[in-house]
Amino acid sequence: MSRPRADMSGIPADLCPVATVPSPMLAGDWRAMRPVVARDRCVKCAICWLYCPVQCVVEKSAWFDINLAACKGCGICAQECPHRAIRMVEEAAA
Amino acid sequence: MNNIARAMVLDGNEAAAWGVKLSRPDVVAVYPITPQSSLVEYLSKFIADGTLDAELMNVEGEHSVLSALQGACLAGARTYTATSGPGLAFMFEPYVRTPGLRLPMVASLVNRDMLSPQCVWGGQQDVMTVRDAGWIHMFCESAQEVLDTVVMAYRIAEHPEVMLPVNVNHDGNYLSYGVSRVELPDQGAVDAFLGPKNVNWHAALDPDRPMAVDPLTGGADAEGAARFVAYRQSLCRGMQTALDVISDVHADWARAFGRNWAPLVEEYRLDDAEIAVVTIGSMSGAAKDAVDAARDRGIAAGVIRFKTFRPFPVAALARAAGKLRALGVVDRAVSYGWNCGPVCQEVRGALYGSASPISVLSFIGGLAGADLTEAHFARVIADTVAALSSPPAAQTVWLNAREEGTPS
Repeated sequence: MSRPRADMSGIPADLCPVATVPSPMLAGDWRAMRPVVARDRCVKCAICWLYCPVQCVVEKSAWFDINLAACKGCGICAQECPHRAIRMVEEAAA
Repeated sequence: MNNIARAMVLDGNEAAAWGVKLSRPDVVAVYPITPQSSLVEYLSKFIADGTLDAELMNVEGEHSVLSALQGACLAGARTYTATSGPGLAFMFEPYVRTPGLRLPMVASLVNRDMLSPQCVWGGQQDVMTVRDAGWIHMFCESAQEVLDTVVMAYRIAEHPEVMLPVNVNHDGNYLSYGVSRVELPDQGAVDAFLGPKNVNWHAALDPDRPMAVDPLTGGADAEGAARFVAYRQSLCRGMQTALDVISDVHADWARAFGRNWAPLVEEYRLDDAEIAVVTIGSMSGAAKDAVDAARDRGIAAGVIRFKTFRPFPVAALARAAGKLRALGVVDRAVSYGWNCGPVCQEVRGALYGSASPISVLSFIGGLAGADLTEAHFARVIADTVAALSSPPAAQTVWLNAREEGTPS
């Protein structure tokens, strides 16, 4: 399959805002509540993994956990977990 | 000229639709609104008849219209839409994003006065409200100029050193529904004029070149701030370059099709004039008639008509006004808090510091479909001539206001 190739020569870098490397600006710094997973209740159904809008749910050998550097604390995983294995805890209390 | 296929009788909306058809866009997204509706109905018919090979997207509102076209533009398509008044207002969020992404769209604004009071008629409050959003703005006087300018707009928007969206403005009612003789350029000649379509490679979506378009930019750190400034400066350069590109494209159009439209400001009977009426859009015909009549009475008057309002043609205006002593500026919109119209405000700004002082008088008329007649322009000319011998009124004259003493 042949497609036209991009000729980027002559296109100034400040023409249009595009990003080609991931931003290090992660939401973990300003989260108000964090999800805490009860390992004994998790059955690895992956509902939390599926619903997480920032895809910060990570798979462990026997349960799913949260990458807290990226998690913004929205609580969707806790809301959707059919086994009530995730609860939201105030950051100040965690 | 051999490059004219045939003459037709068209209103401004159908003329715009023919201009679009000749420009062969890939994607047209529309939502109907008065007084634009018939324009997109003509396009819908062209596409249904198979005479325009474009994807027509009937979406649920103007916000989606422009969002869909941004996606199409990012995929490399040539795009078109048209809207008016409240439709433009609903489009505002993607509207302000389009110039910053440097997407070379063309959109017609069929100018309509803004709410409130509720109003469906012509006026330029819609476009003047968005004049600093980063789009190029051109204003037409006749249906023929509408057709020609829509085609030229693609050459201007897609120029590699411009890469900005263009609004082709034509007044609701007077131009959208008023019919006149229009010469239809030959399709082959238009194809040659526009040349091959250029994909917008600066942000075209390509799996081999992954990128996020419009990432979070700016903030308090110096590097973020400087990066944001660089994009703003880049847009400003595109705007300034467009002044030359608009002139070049109009000159090419004149060579190809024999119609020589003024690209930035039109100078009408200015050679020995002392005063001029400054106009924008369809009112200009009545202004020229009034100037002709004044000339018959020995008054040295002319007309300066804005074709291009963004980028603002400061140098061209200064050249046109150079030998004049007074200007009467007629606006079809209000700059609230300035108590004058936006065109008047900007003319005053552009001429500030001129070598010889020029009196600039403010008139507002033609709001909400009100007629601007030769008699109104005779009043403008008389007031402007009077300013040559006595200090002009500082207040705006509202041309369609109720006469003093008449009952409400």
